[in-house]
Amino acid sequence: MAIAAPGSAPADAPAVLSAPVRPHRMRGFRRASGGSGQDARGTAGRSFLQKLTPWLFLAGAVGLLLLFTYWPAANLFYYSVTDWDGIDLTKNFVGLDNYVQVFTDPRIFSVFWVSLYYFIASFVQMAIALYFAAILSFSTRFSNLFRGILFFPYLINGVAVGFVFLYLFQPGGTLDTVLGWVGIADPPQWLGDPAIVNWSLAGTSVWRYTGLNFVLFLGAIQSIPHELYEAAELDGAGRWQQFWAIIFPGIRRIIGLSFILAIAGSLSVFEVPFIMTGGANGSSTFVIQTLQTAFSFRQVGLASAMAVVLLAIVLIVTVVQRKLFPDEKVDLT
Amino acid sequence: MTATLPPRTVVKGRPLRERVGSMTATTAKYVSLVLAGVVTLLPLSVLLFASLKTKSEYAQTGPFEPPANWFNFDNFVTAFTSGKMLEGFVNTTIVLAVSLVGTIFLGTMAAYALDRFAFRGKKLVFGLFLLATLIPGVTTQVATFQLVNGLGLYDTKAALILLFMGTDIIAIYLFIQFMQGIPISLDEAAMIDGANRWTIYWRIVLPLLRPAIATVVIIKGIAIYNEFYAPFLYLPSEGLISTSLFRFKGPFGAQWEVIAAGTIVVIIPTLVAFLLLQRWIYKGLTSGAVK
Repeated sequence: MAIAAPGSAPADAPAVLSAPVRPHRMRGFRRASGGSGQDARGTAGRSFLQKLTPWLFLAGAVGLLLLFTYWPAANLFYYSVTDWDGIDLTKNFVGLDNYVQVFTDPRIFSVFWVSLYYFIASFVQMAIALYFAAILSFSTRFSNLFRGILFFPYLINGVAVGFVFLYLFQPGGTLDTVLGWVGIADPPQWLGDPAIVNWSLAGTSVWRYTGLNFVLFLGAIQSIPHELYEAAELDGAGRWQQFWAIIFPGIRRIIGLSFILAIAGSLSVFEVPFIMTGGANGSSTFVIQTLQTAFSFRQVGLASAMAVVLLAIVLIVTVVQRKLFPDEKVDLT
Repeated sequence: MTATLPPRTVVKGRPLRERVGSMTATTAKYVSLVLAGVVTLLPLSVLLFASLKTKSEYAQTGPFEPPANWFNFDNFVTAFTSGKMLEGFVNTTIVLAVSLVGTIFLGTMAAYALDRFAFRGKKLVFGLFLLATLIPGVTTQVATFQLVNGLGLYDTKAALILLFMGTDIIAIYLFIQFMQGIPISLDEAAMIDGANRWTIYWRIVLPLLRPAIATVVIIKGIAIYNEFYAPFLYLPSEGLISTSLFRFKGPFGAQWEVIAAGTIVVIIPTLVAFLLLQRWIYKGLTSGAVK
């Protein structure tokens, strides 16, 4: 914020210059059409009103933004240095104790390791998405159908996805039946075994989100001018060469972006494990832990400190991303 | 086929090998596509099978055995009546409609101010919207909950509507992007005719924004329909579609045929929306998520 304020001054300068131009034209016409006698009285009031007009248009959106995003975010910092339980009228200042606990309590910080499963899974996800985006960018029969099928899981309600996979992973369920066909008679407890549960959940997350990566990659590939492929084909380049020489450089940027989003996303995994296991059997993630701390254990102060730590990590990742890919805007929601 | 024969005799069969190679490549491509299709659709199909089976049939048959009667909708009836899915659909529709109308008005008005006015503090407002996209939504609920509680909105639909309206930055970006394509000369012409700023927004800009509004309605509509944690946290006594389905976990714990029916019921509207609006959805995602 402190950086933005002085920076806005030069940008406002042309604004000040250009602002009178349009209203002036309008005022001029009004004067021509109506009473010029009103002009002397109206100038001061009208210019105040003119300054106010954009803010009247902005009031609703900015009001909600401040109330539901910045006010809670500011409070998060405040709660994080207290021992508040969420109900008590008094909040005792405890300094950085909560932060110390976040970093030293093994039950809290070790949860970050769970993110690693999802991080690895997001590489698998990007590889699958990239493969299908690449082959569907060449002429393919039923390409719309395949595109639709690959993308559709991304649109499905998270709770529905959770139930679909709870059913799939059931002991003696669909997955075990398929494995039985190929001779694996003694499958593990997909969601009951702490050694396996995170792989199962990360796999679910791959099924759910590959479609988004795929559509984004496909969009980027299709925006590459078609003449490039034709020229490459004339020069005798095969598909594989075309991929490395044309497609890959053309979408390097969105791959980089997806990579950064994968880091932020795997740190804040929430829905899939919360819906499917509720964080049981060692599948709890940092976000689940934070929300449980706040709403089940009523340690709002500690939970706020955890939220601030996550916020800081996501912001750092984003700053790094901005440095690496300066032109892209990112949406981390 | 015949075209490849003459060169083979001339260049020692290399084109044939190439052709065979490209044929295996094509085969591999379609095999992988079909495989991906199966992996995607299989989990959904077996759930559909289960949803059409009776309780005893479900207990006796394997997941891949199709239902004996394809028109056995008893489980869907149970899901709707005992599972309160109807209430979930009604509540979701109300929240969805009000939030979308609110988002459209607040979003287009904000975009109009940011694109068509020059004023002090514009950069600051832009910065505030931009920075807000970086704050991960779920974790700040720790503090948002206290705010909603303090406003006396806990356990009301109003809390959800305000949250859905208040956290939308993507919509404003889409509107601004689209508004930049609407020539300012239109505004100026209206001004010459004596229109004030509100009239210009209401009569000229808003109607021209219709395609952008459609995109936002679709993308935001799907997001609200799928939202799980906000209704779970803020509206415990009523169900939206996500939370109604989530509560199947308790009472129908072992009745997988009913849970499957409920899940299918939740997926069907998404499927219909997707089939009808594919083009808009792809367009909205690629412009909303990355640009």
